[in-house]
Amino acid sequence: MSKRKPYERKMGATWWLKNTFHTKYIIREGSSLVIAIYSFVLLFGLFRLSQGAEAFNGWVEAMSQPGWIVFHLLSLAWTLYHSITWFSLAPKAANIWLGQKRVPDSWIVSGMYGALAVISLAGLILVLI
Amino acid sequence: MKRSNEPVFWGMFGAGGMVAALFTPIAILITGLLVPMGIIPGEQFSYERLLAFSQHWLGAAVIWIVISLPLWLCMHRLYHTLHDFGIHAGNLVKALFYGVAFAGSIACATLLLLGLV
Repeated sequence: MSKRKPYERKMGATWWLKNTFHTKYIIREGSSLVIAIYSFVLLFGLFRLSQGAEAFNGWVEAMSQPGWIVFHLLSLAWTLYHSITWFSLAPKAANIWLGQKRVPDSWIVSGMYGALAVISLAGLILVLI
Repeated sequence: MKRSNEPVFWGMFGAGGMVAALFTPIAILITGLLVPMGIIPGEQFSYERLLAFSQHWLGAAVIWIVISLPLWLCMHRLYHTLHDFGIHAGNLVKALFYGVAFAGSIACATLLLLGLV
């Protein structure tokens, strides 16, 4: 740790509510909470899968409790918000050129939505066939 | 000057962000809503089918990517959000946050590899 003590502007816990840009930023960062929890829920499901049929069925059963349904509804909405913000930032991170011309931002954004649609459809087909 | 380890975490963050944006919505819809609500019949998501899926190398890879990579996005963002709320955490807390993502990735890989052998 360095010995210097930089100046820190005092900011209240609600600074992010005073400006729409900051509010959206914190809402987007907040998606991390539910996505991380969801990852651990799935990891636990995988653990139960490794313990046999009874354990796995118990996990699936637990997922139908109202609390978990609400959690997954909230997570789905919040994750989609993360997707939208991620797609809108994608052209700023990607610098793709076709010959002498830079690929327009709208192509990259549309491409990401297209990929989301294809992957989602593939997921549904995979579980239904 | 000591080289920064940030590019490594940034890479995992980027990969995780991509997976969370493209794969996580449909994963939540299937495992969290359509199956538990019975819209997708239970036999489509049965123990036997899931076990077979997890024991195929491609299925195992998909499961690992969907569980592990978003954790890196999330722990990276949560760590940096601490700063936004005035908590200027040191390297120990940083190690703790990335450690959660690391531990989750390793636990997931271990469970899948045990099923594969």
